[in-house]
Amino acid sequence: MEVGLNNTHKFLSKIATNDGHGENSPYFDGWKAYDTNPYHPLTNPSGVIQMGLAENQLCFDLIHEWLMNHPEASICTPQGGFDFKEIALFQDYHGLPEFRAAIANFMSRVRGSRVKFDPDRIVMSGGATGAHETVAFCLANRGEAFLVPTPYYPGFDRDLKWRTGVELIPVVCESSNNFKVTLEALEDAYDKAKESNIKVKGLLITNPSNPLGTFFDKETLKTLVGFINEKNIHLVCDEIYAGTVTNGNKFVSIAEILEEVPTICDHNLIHIVYSLSKDMGFPGFRVGIIYSYNDTVVSISRKMSSFGLVSTQTQHMIASMLSQNDFVDNFIHESRTRLAHRHDMITRELAEVGIGSLESNAGLFFWMDLRRFLKEPTFEAEMTFWRIIINEIKLNVSPGSSFHCNEPGWFRVCFANMDDATVMVAIERIKSFVHETRMLEIKTKALAKTKKQCWQNNLTLKLSSRRLEEIMSPHSPLNSPMLRAQN
Amino acid sequence: MAIDIVQKPSVGLSKIALSQTHGENSPYFAGWKAYDENPYHEKHNPSGVIQMGLAENQVSFDLLEEFLENNQEATSWGKNVSGFKENALFQDYHGLLAFRKAMASFMEQVRGGKSKFNPERVVLTAGATAANELLTFILANPGDALLVPTPYYPGFDRDLRWRTGVEIVPIHCESSNNFQITPEALEFAYDHASSKNMKVRGVLITNPSNPLGATIQRKVLEQILDFVTRKNIHLISDEIYSGSVFHSDEFVSIAEILESRNYKDSERCHIVYSLSKDLGLPGFRVGTVYSYNDQVVTTARRMSSFTLISSQTQFLLASMLSNKEFTEKYIKINRERLHKRYETIVEGLKKAGIECLKGNAGLFCWMNLSPYLKEATRESELEIWKTIMEEVKLNISPGSSCRCSEAGWFRVCFANMSEETLEVALRRLHEFMDRRRNGQVLSME
Repeated sequence: MEVGLNNTHKFLSKIATNDGHGENSPYFDGWKAYDTNPYHPLTNPSGVIQMGLAENQLCFDLIHEWLMNHPEASICTPQGGFDFKEIALFQDYHGLPEFRAAIANFMSRVRGSRVKFDPDRIVMSGGATGAHETVAFCLANRGEAFLVPTPYYPGFDRDLKWRTGVELIPVVCESSNNFKVTLEALEDAYDKAKESNIKVKGLLITNPSNPLGTFFDKETLKTLVGFINEKNIHLVCDEIYAGTVTNGNKFVSIAEILEEVPTICDHNLIHIVYSLSKDMGFPGFRVGIIYSYNDTVVSISRKMSSFGLVSTQTQHMIASMLSQNDFVDNFIHESRTRLAHRHDMITRELAEVGIGSLESNAGLFFWMDLRRFLKEPTFEAEMTFWRIIINEIKLNVSPGSSFHCNEPGWFRVCFANMDDATVMVAIERIKSFVHETRMLEIKTKALAKTKKQCWQNNLTLKLSSRRLEEIMSPHSPLNSPMLRAQN
Repeated sequence: MAIDIVQKPSVGLSKIALSQTHGENSPYFAGWKAYDENPYHEKHNPSGVIQMGLAENQVSFDLLEEFLENNQEATSWGKNVSGFKENALFQDYHGLLAFRKAMASFMEQVRGGKSKFNPERVVLTAGATAANELLTFILANPGDALLVPTPYYPGFDRDLRWRTGVEIVPIHCESSNNFQITPEALEFAYDHASSKNMKVRGVLITNPSNPLGATIQRKVLEQILDFVTRKNIHLISDEIYSGSVFHSDEFVSIAEILESRNYKDSERCHIVYSLSKDLGLPGFRVGTVYSYNDQVVTTARRMSSFTLISSQTQFLLASMLSNKEFTEKYIKINRERLHKRYETIVEGLKKAGIECLKGNAGLFCWMNLSPYLKEATRESELEIWKTIMEEVKLNISPGSSCRCSEAGWFRVCFANMSEETLEVALRRLHEFMDRRRNGQVLSME
């Protein structure tokens, strides 16, 4: 049915034929491994456990219970059906007023009611994915750039750049100070852009951070605001994980900074991106939000939202759910508690076997430190070791290089997209691996001593149930080596 | 729909943000404003503005509501938490398989089974608005051109051009042959674009046509397909009104032509569809790109990440559209009701001394007021339009907002109101035309 065309490459646009979709990144390789061999406790207990997907599955029981008790939230039930026609016809890009009010209410409560959000500034988009692209279209021309602290969410490469033609310039953050964003790094990135004749239009931060799981302290936020104000560039704050901060009172939203110190900057430079995909666990419903303090941006992004409106069926349900304060407050509290518990459990267990992670208290993941397992501190070594994690330990975690981290050896591990039992299986697998690596190290040293053979300093080992001698033999047909770091 | 007014100039925004290409300053939308400020209501505001500028289909909601009542189980997530959870988490850009299958099947039924649709080629987007923009991003580079027959849906100016940077070059159609697309007009538009150094990437047709309310004839479709093949460019067929054709045998989809040619040269063809018109569900944002080109399907699917359909809505509609008994009944009754509305309005307009283009589809008729224009100019057309809005209190869409090359034509929607309201509108127009004939009205100058 398909006939090959001459010049197929030119038959489609440049955007269609470039790599801007980002799917050739290793971030997605692990997903492929998972897709072809997914873990299941009964039918596939040795399959790959998906720890590369930042989903929040911990509180569906609460939502389900609410839905069962509120049939009127659905336009398909007898209780809600009288609204069906009106809702189905409503395509006004302002969105249902009750939806905007409910979102503003929810956003406020997630921030402990320390700030209020104006429903008239709530603009819809096709998930946060759509929101980021729309904001980029509004703030920057082709060839202009946003500064983004590394490590950052790989999706930004597609969302901000693909169809917009906008560039991303990394603001390099380092483990030496826990990946905090420094003024030096900002200035450095800004100057580099200038030298390359690239006009910087804004700074994009994710707060709480993906993949770090940390959030910005007030001082750093103020520093950032000072920086963008001085350069007269925009500040886009992706606060998609705001509700996952385990100690809610500590989180400071950019909205709070503006409220506390209104004169700190020109408010026209400040824009928030939000979504219900992480805090509520509703990625399928595509509820993305742009909240801008700039009237023109509100107006224009609202016009652009025609390209990605939220289904009114979903708006209606969300409006019902998120306007009920008892439910909202309880949900936020429970979600935080369960996330904290999950986070603490997994990081504690791993710490026991000497696997460290960046100290964090937000997000649906933690930033795992596997530097000492790398043969050498290179990204090649990181990728090699990552393949072992997928193929041998059978966990899909995300390598730091896919987040543009400047140091090899860091991995993002998601923990909220599975049940308790699966977490335990994952932990056991990691522990086994560490244990066996240590055992092999010990035995190797012993063997080297007794056999007096000339081993290379770098020992290559495979984690399997083979006899030790077979593993140690240079003739062993191994093609998936286990690496031990030298430091 | 209320329109925001931008008052302050802004520092540091993009050219796209500051351009006017969103198109909201067109008269197409000014009439909506008048309606918003003074909307007709049978009881509360019987002298308000009747909205006839909105192509919505409200004639068949009872059928949808009846389906929901009788299929509670199928349209809910069930008693188990896992049903809801699975749906809420589902963000795969392939879309729910059950929904894709249902869409493909529905598209086949709308075409009376004359074409087959493969669910693997169905790419989902949040509305046809997104589908048209997405296809443009894939098929054309900034500065390139798409040829579009006039008159066309005013939204195309935004959807095809705003963020993409692509240009629209009109294919001029004239009333002398009922606004049909001719090979000469196609060539002329292509040459015109080339003379302006614009690379033409494709032709976009709407079939059935908005605003004409008429299907494109088979012969013309064949000519268009031959033209795009000769020029080695794309063909986008927006078939959003395919389910609103009054008699199913009068609609020929590009899919049918391609099948008859054994899919030769089909990789340049792409269909856009949506449930906003045929099912009357514009709020649910259900659009689709159906492409015969594998690379376009793959790329469109990736791009759909920016504009996915809510999984909640996919779930509901999968259930509804896979019920073939229901869809068969719906399609048939919907057509009949639209046809009846069309006849009512055309008859009513005729009695008022107004002719319409002979139509056979859509939610509107293409009304000819050119005999009543002071001069055959856009200004005269807008004067009449203003008079009709202010005196007759009807919001209709002037042909100039659809880039019609002839002045005096208006699109009048008839499916977004009750039968009673339609009668009120017709009566007002009749009375207005009477007054005018008797010299009682302020001249149309």
